[in-house]
Amino acid sequence: MRRAISDTLVIAERNLIRLPRAPELLIAFTVQPIMFVLLFRYVFGGAISTPGFSYVDFLIPGIIVQNIAFGGFVTAIGLNEDVHRGLIDRFRSLPMARSAVLAGRTLSDIATNCLSIAILLCTGLIIGFKFSASVPEIIGGIGLLLLFGYAFSWFFAFVGLLVSTPESANSVGFILIFPLTFISSAFVPVQSMPSVLRAFAKVNPFTITVDAMRHLWVGAPAGGYVWQAVLWAGGIMVIFALLAVARYQRATGG
Amino acid sequence: MPAAEVSVTHAARQSPDTCAIEVRGLCKSFGEVKALIGVDLDVQRGTVLGLLGPNGAGKTTLVRILTTLLKPDSGRANVLGLDVVKDAARLRSEIGLAGQYAAVDENLTGLENLTMVGRLYGDSRAGAKARAQELLARFDLTEAARRPTKTYSGGMRRRLDLAAALVAKPPLLFLDEPTTGLDPRSRLDLWTVIEELVAEGRTALLTTQYLDEADRLADTIAVTDHGRVIASGTPDELKDRIGGERLEVRIEDGGDLQAAANALAPLSDEPPTLDGELVRVNVRQRRGSIVEAVRRLSEAGIGVDDLLLRRPTLDDVFIALTGHAAETSPERADAKSEGTERAGRLRDRRGAGGRR
Ligand SMILES: Nc1ncnc2c1ncn2[C@@H]1O[C@H](COP(=O)(O)OP(=O)(O)OP(=O)(O)O)[C@@H](O)[C@H]1O
Ligand SMILES: [Mg+2]
Repeated sequence: MRRAISDTLVIAERNLIRLPRAPELLIAFTVQPIMFVLLFRYVFGGAISTPGFSYVDFLIPGIIVQNIAFGGFVTAIGLNEDVHRGLIDRFRSLPMARSAVLAGRTLSDIATNCLSIAILLCTGLIIGFKFSASVPEIIGGIGLLLLFGYAFSWFFAFVGLLVSTPESANSVGFILIFPLTFISSAFVPVQSMPSVLRAFAKVNPFTITVDAMRHLWVGAPAGGYVWQAVLWAGGIMVIFALLAVARYQRATGG
Repeated sequence: MPAAEVSVTHAARQSPDTCAIEVRGLCKSFGEVKALIGVDLDVQRGTVLGLLGPNGAGKTTLVRILTTLLKPDSGRANVLGLDVVKDAARLRSEIGLAGQYAAVDENLTGLENLTMVGRLYGDSRAGAKARAQELLARFDLTEAARRPTKTYSGGMRRRLDLAAALVAKPPLLFLDEPTTGLDPRSRLDLWTVIEELVAEGRTALLTTQYLDEADRLADTIAVTDHGRVIASGTPDELKDRIGGERLEVRIEDGGDLQAAANALAPLSDEPPTLDGELVRVNVRQRRGSIVEAVRRLSEAGIGVDDLLLRRPTLDDVFIALTGHAAETSPERADAKSEGTERAGRLRDRRGAGGRR
């Protein structure tokens, strides 16, 4: 057990060391989210009516949830490269804990997700976002975001092991997740959507998570959303962790 | 190259059992493709086995099974007295693997790569780093130690990969095509490195497509084809079966081929073979045979276009052992569509024995 933890940390550390050396990845974590916040706030913001909230207060929880869901794409790309460049063979020939490759991979996403959250929050605060929440609620929101992000890391781990190139890992993840994040309450109130989309948006886990975040950070009324969001994240995590582990065992001929 | 390391601890070598690798009836299929069909193999401790075979022969599959990366369908394999399936976990700390494609993280430096491997063996951070530095020095990589390995040349990558295999000072090494794709200079360097490692008393199994490589590095050669071992023995035994150096003479246009063959016949115990404008002779001895051939041909008044003395290649081995040239299994070619790599390799193989 002790060995499993230390091996996981070694792998996670390795993933973090290599991140700054792949500049395109770093840009995806820093410049790109800031750009989206600014575009939404200043280009669409004026045209979207969000009763009860200023648009920036409405937007920030939504856009952070969207971003965090994509945080795991590094896992998809990284795992895919490891499998196809033979690095997994090196790991598997070592007397290390078998679980450490996947666990370390997803663990390092938590660190990069923290970075994303910090960058987006700072940007938000600069352009006028205000919390109306207690400190425990703010922290609870960050916790929910990290849990949600971790769940999607497992989704991306599965995708990365499933497809044959890092590029397709990236685009499969993008094609599956991107529409989901838009047909939700992340950027516009669901009431403004046509009825079919609205029905979908209401049960979309993104809506549930975004609404939970708004409840925690800007005091939106939210009933059972927080618990539902936690359950969704837990469910996504368990299902994709099982799929990813099974896929990993097959992909590595174990 | 800095002083060789002598402090190799060989717990396993003290056991009375002298067999480092013992393989019996090993089979492995990938769907329809039968990669191994009943492989038997013995490697004595402290010796080097060269596993010689063309693309798709099953070399990598065998190495992957012996290094616990792959489970066999049937048959059994014991490595250092441990069963590769049942005792896989224990075996992993006794062996070092340098796979066919250098398994280094491109975005990490050489030092970071080796330190990571050391820590995954359970070393402390400081211990792993010290060992990494030692290995980098030994493999002439100190200057590049702090550069990401994506900036390394093919030869440097191979050396780093080999260094990674040595982190835990394993008594048994697996080297899967260690010199494929390297230029002649890097190839010679790597041969020297491997010879040093073996001189320290290690056992090694190395796969190769080049007869000269197996000849130089291996104590025993096992020739593989289509998933089985078709011949094995010492390099000398094998060479006796396939004959020595080949002398190839290209006659000038319109020259008398038969006359040339007659002139060259005394150089060999076997009659020369004719092929287009080429006369091939398995010469009895290397020394002086070119001078002798030129003298005899000019005495007979035959014009020569080109003349070369070459060592037998893998193709010659296969022709001698099976009567047909080595063929790349077609499934294999699609299985990994790394076109350029493959094309380069086939070209390599052609030239492998060509030394004038
Ligand atoms: N993971 C796999 N899935 C399907 N087929 C495979 C797999 N690995 C190997 N094979 C097939 O098994 C056969 C033996 O392959 P192997 O890689 O062991 O050959 P090799 O002797 O190492 O060849 P090379 O010199 O090209 O490396 C080939 O026909 C190959 O296509
Ligand atoms: Mg191979």
